[in-house]
Amino acid sequence: MTTDAGIIGQAGLQFFGKMSASISHDIKNVLAVINENAGLLEDLCGMAERGKPMDPLRLKRLAGDVKDQIRRGDRIVTVMNRFAHSADEACMDVDLTEMLDLLAALALRFAAARGVQLQVNRPEGSVKVATSPFLLLNLMWLCLDGAMAAAGQGRTVELSAVYAADGVLLRLRRIEGLKDAAEGLLPTDARTALCRALQAQVSIDGDRSEMTVQLPGKRA
Amino acid sequence: MAEKVLIVDDDKAFLAILAERMQNRGMEVSTAESAAAALQLLENESFDAVLLDLMMPEMGGIEALQIMRRKQPEVQVIFLTGHPSVSKGVEAMKLGAMDFIPKPVDMNELTEKIKQAKASRMILVEKRTQEKIKKILTDKSW
Repeated sequence: MTTDAGIIGQAGLQFFGKMSASISHDIKNVLAVINENAGLLEDLCGMAERGKPMDPLRLKRLAGDVKDQIRRGDRIVTVMNRFAHSADEACMDVDLTEMLDLLAALALRFAAARGVQLQVNRPEGSVKVATSPFLLLNLMWLCLDGAMAAAGQGRTVELSAVYAADGVLLRLRRIEGLKDAAEGLLPTDARTALCRALQAQVSIDGDRSEMTVQLPGKRA
Repeated sequence: MAEKVLIVDDDKAFLAILAERMQNRGMEVSTAESAAAALQLLENESFDAVLLDLMMPEMGGIEALQIMRRKQPEVQVIFLTGHPSVSKGVEAMKLGAMDFIPKPVDMNELTEKIKQAKASRMILVEKRTQEKIKKILTDKSW
């Protein structure tokens, strides 16, 4: 019999692997553009050596393009760093809107592949809860992956966090195809084990096109 | 004659700079930011080589390759990808891709592959033309 710990471990590794592969793809793309910029610089030098004057404005643009890619790479690595550190503590105070921002950033490539937009809605103040950030991210990824599959191309899925009467609610809304989505939208074993570990409850409301994850906790 | 190349990639920065470098090498380059846009271009034009990104929004490279091969059986597709995996590479080659090159790209290697693609395409086009002529000759009673 597989234990919850075993299921969570496996689901966590799969999640970490999937995100790491996606991030490495993004970094490779940045490196590819920088590589082409360096290559173009070599081409221009070669042409200058053969007597074609070098255009300073073209060089300035080239430098600007490299800087743009460095900024893009820095954003990717910042997301990767935040994701890696989410596994540091078994339990800590988590700002849920910040966590949803991280989730949306991690899911961006997967959303784009499905033609889905992600929008994180911000509450007026911060919504915090003491929980395991990595396990919660994993559970939210499973929900979001299912939500994106159900929503379909051209849709926008909204993510938000709010305080509820006896805890917090993480909401995925405007999942248009949720009502018609097939059973098994979320992997049952991983969802059940993660919910038990987090004391969370996942609800799927097809009529309201909404998925919610409820977590216990006091208002900070 | 200049090689005629279509580059398909959702990364605009990559698309623009790769196109410029290839134009500097005397190639005739068209670009498309999506598989759908590339398929549209292929309706009216043919290319010596199509450089295709593997992972793109809405329609990925593998699906695009299948459609391209149906539209133009002699099309020579070279995959460029930041996400190289053996299984994807094998799948692409089985579906008729000419090659599978990881990003960042080595321009000399790529230029060589494009020349090979042009040569392969010319052989296929010539073969098809000969088959058509043969068919006409056998079908018609002179």
